[in-house]
Amino acid sequence: MLTRDQAGDIFNRIRNFSTADEIEVLISGGRFALTRFANNTIHQNVEEENHIVSVRTVFGGRTARAFTNKFDDESLRRVVASSENLAKVQHPDPDLLPMPDSREAAGSADDKVFAMQFPSRHFAETASLTPQLRADGVKKIVDAAKKHKLTTAGIFSSSESVEGIFNSRGLSNWHMQTLAEVSITMLANDSSGWQKANSPDVANLDPLGLAEIAAKKAIDSARPAEIPAGKCTVILEPAAVLDIVGFMFWDYSGMAILDQRSFLTGRIGSKLFGKNITIWDDVTHPLQTGSPFDGEGMQRRRVPLVENGIVQRVVYARATAERMKRSEQKDKAGPIAPTGHGFALPNEMGEMPLNIVFATPQDPQTLAQMIASTERGVLVTRLWYIREVDPFEKIVTGMTRDGTFLIENGRVQRGVRNFRFNQSLIHMLSSVNAMSVPVRSCGEESLDMVVPAMKIRDFNFTEVTKF
Amino acid sequence: MWHTLPRRHSILPFSRRSRPWEQSKSVSVVNLKLRMKEIANWALNVATMRGASYADARIVSQRSRALTTKNGKVGSASDAESTGMSVRVLADGAWGFAASENLSRAGVEATAARAVEIARASAQVKQQDVRLAPEKPVTAEWVTPHVIDPFAISVEQNIALLLNIDSELRAVAGITLAETNLNFNREEQWFISSEGSDIHQTKYSAGAGYTAYAFAGNEIQKRSYPNSYGGQWQNKGYELIEELKLRQNARRIAEEAVALHHAEQCPEGTFDIILDSSQLGLQIHESIGHPIELDRVLGMEANFAGTSFLTLDKLRTLRYGSEMVNVVADARQEHGPGLGTFGFDDEGVPAQCTPIITDGLFTGYLSSRETAHTIGESRSGGTLRAEGWNRLPMIRMTNISLLPGEKPLSLEELIASTDHGILMQTNRSWSIDDKRYNFQFGCEIGWEIKHGKRMRMVKNPSYSGITTEFWNALDTICSRDEWTLWGTPNCGKGQPQQVMGTGHGAAPSLFRKIKVGSAYKGS
Repeated sequence: MLTRDQAGDIFNRIRNFSTADEIEVLISGGRFALTRFANNTIHQNVEEENHIVSVRTVFGGRTARAFTNKFDDESLRRVVASSENLAKVQHPDPDLLPMPDSREAAGSADDKVFAMQFPSRHFAETASLTPQLRADGVKKIVDAAKKHKLTTAGIFSSSESVEGIFNSRGLSNWHMQTLAEVSITMLANDSSGWQKANSPDVANLDPLGLAEIAAKKAIDSARPAEIPAGKCTVILEPAAVLDIVGFMFWDYSGMAILDQRSFLTGRIGSKLFGKNITIWDDVTHPLQTGSPFDGEGMQRRRVPLVENGIVQRVVYARATAERMKRSEQKDKAGPIAPTGHGFALPNEMGEMPLNIVFATPQDPQTLAQMIASTERGVLVTRLWYIREVDPFEKIVTGMTRDGTFLIENGRVQRGVRNFRFNQSLIHMLSSVNAMSVPVRSCGEESLDMVVPAMKIRDFNFTEVTKF
Repeated sequence: MWHTLPRRHSILPFSRRSRPWEQSKSVSVVNLKLRMKEIANWALNVATMRGASYADARIVSQRSRALTTKNGKVGSASDAESTGMSVRVLADGAWGFAASENLSRAGVEATAARAVEIARASAQVKQQDVRLAPEKPVTAEWVTPHVIDPFAISVEQNIALLLNIDSELRAVAGITLAETNLNFNREEQWFISSEGSDIHQTKYSAGAGYTAYAFAGNEIQKRSYPNSYGGQWQNKGYELIEELKLRQNARRIAEEAVALHHAEQCPEGTFDIILDSSQLGLQIHESIGHPIELDRVLGMEANFAGTSFLTLDKLRTLRYGSEMVNVVADARQEHGPGLGTFGFDDEGVPAQCTPIITDGLFTGYLSSRETAHTIGESRSGGTLRAEGWNRLPMIRMTNISLLPGEKPLSLEELIASTDHGILMQTNRSWSIDDKRYNFQFGCEIGWEIKHGKRMRMVKNPSYSGITTEFWNALDTICSRDEWTLWGTPNCGKGQPQQVMGTGHGAAPSLFRKIKVGSAYKGS
C-alpha cells in the first residue's frame, strides 16, 4: 500500500517535472480481493494491487488531466507531458477557478471541527483478511445452503484503499479506508433469496446470519403464484429502497440544474414529496463510508437535500457555485455555495451527493409491523435492472428479484412471480405510509446509503414475468 | 449493458489506463516481445514450482483518450495509460488469480505465488475439479486492421470537430444542452501459457457520438447520433470517425429533439413495430446475447447478473424465433470490425463463428475451455475476455449479430409495405429481468406508419414483451445494405464488475403485434 509520505514524494517529483501555472495530483488505489462462489463452489478468486496517479495541469485558464499507474521518473515525466500537451491546446475556460489552498478547502471553523470528528474507516482486521479466511466464511455459507438443500452463489470481498490529493497551492489531503462485503443468493428449484451487507470493519459482518435469511426467503417463495400486475401497496426492504431512490440523486447537482437535465429544475423550494421524507448528504454519518474531501480537495459538508418533503438545496462544486451565482436560474436554485461534492476536474457532470442518509421517521415501524398492518400487498426483497424512463417525472422501470411475496391479512402468504414496475419517484416518495429506522444498505444499482424500509401505496406494477 | 455507476466513493470520476514502456521507443519490437515473454515466464515458473497444474500470464498495456464537449466548451480532456500483469492458475483443481502493477521480477514472482495460494484456498470449497477443454498451443501475432492510428490525429483537430458539431446542434432554437464525445483506445496484450501458447495482440477501438437535449415546460426530450450512450463504436482507427458523417446529421438531430415537444404521446396498445438497426442491436444484446452466456446458464452469475431461461435442455429443441431468425456469435475479422472482433480470446482460443439461432432454432451457447464439456463440446467457443490486466477473463459476448434478410429490402420499402405500425429509433431506456424473459425498451423517437407511409412523429415510444414470444413475432428483416455492426462499449458483468465492448449486427426489422406503451401506463 502506498503511504501518504510516498504519495507526497510522487507529488514533489511531478511538480518538479512540470512548467504549468498550477498543478494538482490525485492518487488512488490499494489492494482488492474477492472470493466468488456459485453452485456451492468457489469458482473465481481474485486479488489485485494497483495505484493510479492523475495529473491536472493549468496554463492560463486551460486545463486537462492524464493518468498512469507507473511511478518511475520516466513515466511521471510522460504523464506530466501528456497532461500539459492536452491542456495547452484547450480554449481558455472563463469558469475555471484557481486551485483551492488548504484554508479554502478546509472551510469555516465549524468545518474544521467536523474534520476532526471524522470517524476512522480503516480497520486492521479487514485489511489483513486472507484468502483462507474468506474461504472459511464461504464454507459456512455453503454449509448453510446444503443444510437447507439449496444452492448458493455470492461473494466475500475485502479491500484496503487510499485516496489523496495534492496541489501546488499547498493543499494536501489523504484518506485510508477498508471495506468488506458479503453478498449471498440462495437458489431453490423455482425460487431464490438474497442478502448483502458491507462495512469498513469485517467484524460487523455476519455471513452465516445473512445466509440463513437468504435461505428462508428462497424456501418461503417456492412455487411462486402469478398474481396480476396493477397498482398495489408494497413494502420495499431497505436494499430495494436504496436501488430505486438512487436514480434521483444525480439530479441533486448545481450543474444538472444549469444544464436543465435535472428533475429539480424550477422545483427547488417546492414540496415535491411527502412531509415524512427528510434526506441529508452526510459523509460523517457513522454508517456511511468514503473520504471527507471531494475531487478538488474541498471538505465535504453535511447538506440537507430534502426536509419534510420540501427540496431544500442541491450540492455544488466550486466552479458550479460561481456559475450559478451569475445565471438566470440563481433565484430558483436554493442556497448557492460550494459544498465539497465536486468530481475531479475537468469533467462535464459537476458534482453529486455520494453519502445519502434518510432521517429517522417520527414513528418508525419494524418490517413486521408494516406487514401486520397490510391487508393486501407485496413484500419486495430486491429490485433489478432499474433504468430511467422519463427524466423530468422521474419515472423508472425495473424488476423485482430474489424474494417477492404476497401479503394478505397482515401475514406473508406465499411467493409470487416477479413484477416489472414503471414508477414515478416523485409519486412514490409522496405515498410512503410507514418507514423503519434507516440502516446501512447496499445493492447493485446505486451507491450505498442509510435508508429505511418503506411501505408505499399505489406502487405501479405493469407486467409479470415468467418466474 | 452497463450499470452506470460512479466509482464507489472515489474522487476520480472515471477509471484510467496506462502504457509505460512507450518510454523506450528505441526498444525494438523483437526485444520487447522477448522481454514480455521473460516476465511472463518468471510468473509461470513460480506457479508451476508451487504446484499449479495450469497457469497463464497476461501482460497488458492500455492507452485511452477521451474528449467531450458540452454547450460550446470542452467538458473533459484526458489521456490515460495502465500496464500490469495477471496470473491465472489451477492448483488442487481450483482457480486462483492475482494481478499487480509491479513488473519487477520480485513483484511478478510474488504475484504468481499469491495466485497459487488463492487457488489452494478456493480448493477448500469445491464440488469437483475444474476441467479444461484441450486447446492446441499457438504462437501468433494479431493486430486490428486500421487505416489511421487515432492517437496520431491531433487533439486540436478532434476538439475542433466536436465544437463544430456542438455549434450545429445549438444553432437550433430550443436546444438547451448539447454534448459530444470522441474516444480512442489501444490495448496491447501478451498471453503466455504453461501449455506453450505465446500470443501477442494489439487491438484498436474508436467511438464517437453526440446528444441534443431540449428542456421545455415539464419535459426533457433528447436525440442522439449515431446512437445513444456514446454513439457508434468499432474496432477501427480514426477512419471510423470520418465514416460516421457526424456533422452532416447534427442539424437534423437537434431539430428532431425540439420537435418532440410538439409530438403526440406514443399510443398504448398492440402494434406492428419496426425497430431501427441500433435499437435492434441492443435488443439482440439483452435478449439473445446475455441469455446464451454459458456461465449464466450454469449459475455462475446467479448472485449478480442473474441466470438464464436457456437451460441446457433447450439446446437444439427451443424455437427461439421465427424461421427467418439467424443469429451468429462471430469474433472473426471477416464478420466486421465489431467490438467483439479479435484474433484470440484471453485464454488463447482462436476467434470463431458459432451459430446461435439457425432458422429460428436455438443451436449454440457462448462457451469457454472450462464450460465447453457441459454442452458436449470438445472445444471452447473462444469467448473468454477480460476488461484489463487486473481482471479475470470471463465469458463475454463477441459479435452477436442477426443476419440480414436475403431479399433486397430497404427501410423505406419496409415502411411502404406496412399497413399500420410504429417505427422506433435510438434507445432511450432498457431493462430486462434476471433470467432474460421480460424486457422493456424505450426509444428516443417514434413515427406512426399508416398505409405504407411515415406519418406523424410520436414521443416517448416504448415496447415490452417476453423474449421468445418477441423473436417469434419477427416478420421481416431488411437486407445487407441496411445492416450495421453496432458497438456496445459498456456491457457490465461479473464481480468485481467488468465493462466490455460487444458487437451487434442488425438491419431494421418488422415485428408483429407487440405491446406498446407500458412504460407510461399508470405512472
